[in-house]
Amino acid sequence: MDPSSLLQYLITGLTLGSTYGLTALGFTIIFNTTGVINFAQGEFVMLGGMMSVYFMHALGLGEPSAVVLAVLGATMAGALVERLAIRPVRDCPTINLIIITIGVSILIRGLAMLLWGKDTHVLEPFSGNQPIMFLGAAIMPQAIWVLAISLFLLAALKLFFSGTIHGKAMLACSFDSKAASLVGIGVQRMVLLSFMISAFVGAVGGVILAPITMTSYDVGIMLGLKGFAACILGGLGNPFGAAAGGLILGVLESMGAGFVSSAYKDALAFVILLILLFVKPSGLFGPKDSKRV
Amino acid sequence: MSYRKDMIWLAFFFGVLMFAPMLLPNNYYLTILILGCLHAMNAVGLCLLVGHAGQISLGHAGFYGLGAYTSAYLSTTVGLSVGLSMLSGVALTVVVSILVGLPSLKLKGHYLAMATLGFGIILSILFNETVDITGGPSGFVGIPRLSLFGWELSKDVTLYRAVAVMLCLFVWLSFNLLHSRVGRALRALHTSERAAEAMGVDIARYKLLVFVLSAAFSGIAGVLYAHYLTFIAPSSFGFMFSVEMIVMVVLGGMLSVPGAIVGAFFVTVLPEFLRAFENIEILLFGAILVLCMMFLPDGMAGGWNKLWAWGKARLSGAAHG
Amino acid sequence: MDKAILGCSGVAVRFGGVQALADIHFAAEKGEITAIIGPNGAGKTTLLNVISGMVTPSHGTLSFEGRDITSLPAHKRAWAGMVRTFQNLEIFSNMTVLENVTMGCHGRLTVPAWHSLLRTPRSRRLEDEVRREALDALEFVGMSDLAQATAKDLPFGKQRLLELARALAARPKLLLLDEPAAGLNIAETQLLADLILRIRDTYNLSIILVEHDMELVMRISDSILVLCFGQTISRGTPGQVQKDPTVIAAYLGGDED
Repeated sequence: MDPSSLLQYLITGLTLGSTYGLTALGFTIIFNTTGVINFAQGEFVMLGGMMSVYFMHALGLGEPSAVVLAVLGATMAGALVERLAIRPVRDCPTINLIIITIGVSILIRGLAMLLWGKDTHVLEPFSGNQPIMFLGAAIMPQAIWVLAISLFLLAALKLFFSGTIHGKAMLACSFDSKAASLVGIGVQRMVLLSFMISAFVGAVGGVILAPITMTSYDVGIMLGLKGFAACILGGLGNPFGAAAGGLILGVLESMGAGFVSSAYKDALAFVILLILLFVKPSGLFGPKDSKRV
Repeated sequence: MSYRKDMIWLAFFFGVLMFAPMLLPNNYYLTILILGCLHAMNAVGLCLLVGHAGQISLGHAGFYGLGAYTSAYLSTTVGLSVGLSMLSGVALTVVVSILVGLPSLKLKGHYLAMATLGFGIILSILFNETVDITGGPSGFVGIPRLSLFGWELSKDVTLYRAVAVMLCLFVWLSFNLLHSRVGRALRALHTSERAAEAMGVDIARYKLLVFVLSAAFSGIAGVLYAHYLTFIAPSSFGFMFSVEMIVMVVLGGMLSVPGAIVGAFFVTVLPEFLRAFENIEILLFGAILVLCMMFLPDGMAGGWNKLWAWGKARLSGAAHG
Repeated sequence: MDKAILGCSGVAVRFGGVQALADIHFAAEKGEITAIIGPNGAGKTTLLNVISGMVTPSHGTLSFEGRDITSLPAHKRAWAGMVRTFQNLEIFSNMTVLENVTMGCHGRLTVPAWHSLLRTPRSRRLEDEVRREALDALEFVGMSDLAQATAKDLPFGKQRLLELARALAARPKLLLLDEPAAGLNIAETQLLADLILRIRDTYNLSIILVEHDMELVMRISDSILVLCFGQTISRGTPGQVQKDPTVIAAYLGGDED
């Protein structure tokens, strides 16, 4: 294995991994405020990419405005999901919530297929296709966009949660929603906000990834599942872990595809997921499992 | 429902299944009926696991496929007799379900959902990628027809009857289980694992028992599927089919075995009605899951009961008022 | 430890940085009612959880009828004859009252699972027996008429009795009661006290009781263990404990409820 191809795989992995990380972050934000794992998270990622393509073709918009509209659209979709499907059933048993969010995910997927067909679409890279050579590895400009935007988003979220009153209120909800409502925090508003933020983050991930991997109505399943795998890798509920888990997963997958077999690269993510679930469900950075009944 | 009522229902259902072919205009409908029975086998197992024991599985399509592919491979490529291949297919499904169930069932809620989902997807990738064994995405062809004790069930009607008898056997076993201490223990651990444990229920063992039983139902259904259609493709055993299985159980109201069977037939027949709009199926499944879980958590059966009670209240209200 | 049915020696439990129990030694005598009391957060329920096998102690050993049970899982402790109730009721809400009580027989009246699957004659005989015994237990607490009601529809006091009946159906040697009087009014508590005494005398079993209601505790217990912040501060008969100055101090200074 020569160093330049190793570097190449590493960069590909980090690029892919940052979108997994963003998806994972979406899971985490919702999980932390509601305790719900939103199985429809991957669909927000899909909506980001597909709506960008749609707005460009159907409305004849330029890419920047189409992308902004798409992200806003997906954010609205997040709000709708919360209002229509989650809020009425907040107190249901977990198993019902799992089934409902799965239902939501295939509903969104079905709608996307009905509206936009089954074709695979390409989104133009944000700034051309001319690779930049770096120590023998070719870096696509889009990869730099992906890494930069992901980092920026991560920093912005960090700032939001630790620096703004809304962010702090959401954290309070995650610790103890009853106590939060007692001190006057609108828990329902925070839950709505968490769905919107997580849809926003997911859609941004979808938009920046679409020029690299292409997009279609059904990319949400795999992306969503890998995002969840990243969550588990980093420890469910830990935003830093989610982002790191995404990067680790992306790099492992890219290395696996490069050095072992590309046919099984998707399987690799799930083998890792299963091993982690069985051996250390609290994740790589999680606390040691302590039992308290 | 008492055991006696359940048995009366089963006898009635068996009668309907046996007479149904006489009412069908052609063999095409028989195909749907057979598929419906196979789906129902899956749904009954999942009803025990998800509805009663409250343990979700999003990977049961994997067991269905494992049974089908193992038996197909052994009978076609290796050249074992159909009976032996089928037995091995089921045996492998059971072994794999134990190996997967042991670690998975320690997990709860979302973690269990994801573990079973991951397992299902790994299997589905294997079905697609091990082209030498499975034939890959284009499918496995030339599987011998089902045969029992040396004679091949060449007529579809005979094969249908065998499948229908099998389904009724599964239903009988399920009713037996549900009306026993095992069934009560499953429902108990669904409501409160702590209390079940305190009453002496070996939670891990019971979860595994029902997981393996449901996987065995799926494995047997898969084996029959392979030797009925004589052609299988990985797309039949993917994540979407695991979700469809959940749809069947949810439609039937989670706790009702007859409900799950009706749900299974509904999901089987639905695409036939939606021929003209083939893309709408997935949309409809999504809508069913969301709407049923939100408004009809007891499924069609529960909805029917509610409607009945409502109607009766209205009628008596009108009579008195 | 000849007469003791349950012995705890040096039991300690830590949750993260919190020392929930420290070095607890005590024994519950056969045929007696032993009460565990103490201010809120003293570790009473934790101790009960340790005894019933729901919390693993970080130190110490437990013995039941002279046999070491420290590493025995909760369900096997039930098989051995130790059954508990819960402070925040854990009834099987979707089942009927009768089915709830039959769950009590689960560990005692068993048959291999395949008998249940095939509904063999042996399985049917067992089901009949379970039903009879469950009805007996319901009769004992005076709830026979409610056998077919759905458990979650019962009023709170009846749900408490239902948990008791379920525990009785297990025919335990040691009954662990976690705040059985919580949420009951004075009249109901009186009846409960009578019932607990009647249970002990009829079934000749031993009882460990965690309870806040001092009147109830003083009336029915044979011996009392007082915990405060995870430590034993006093042990003895109701008369001895009542006069112990450390106990009085702990209650006056520590209980903010």
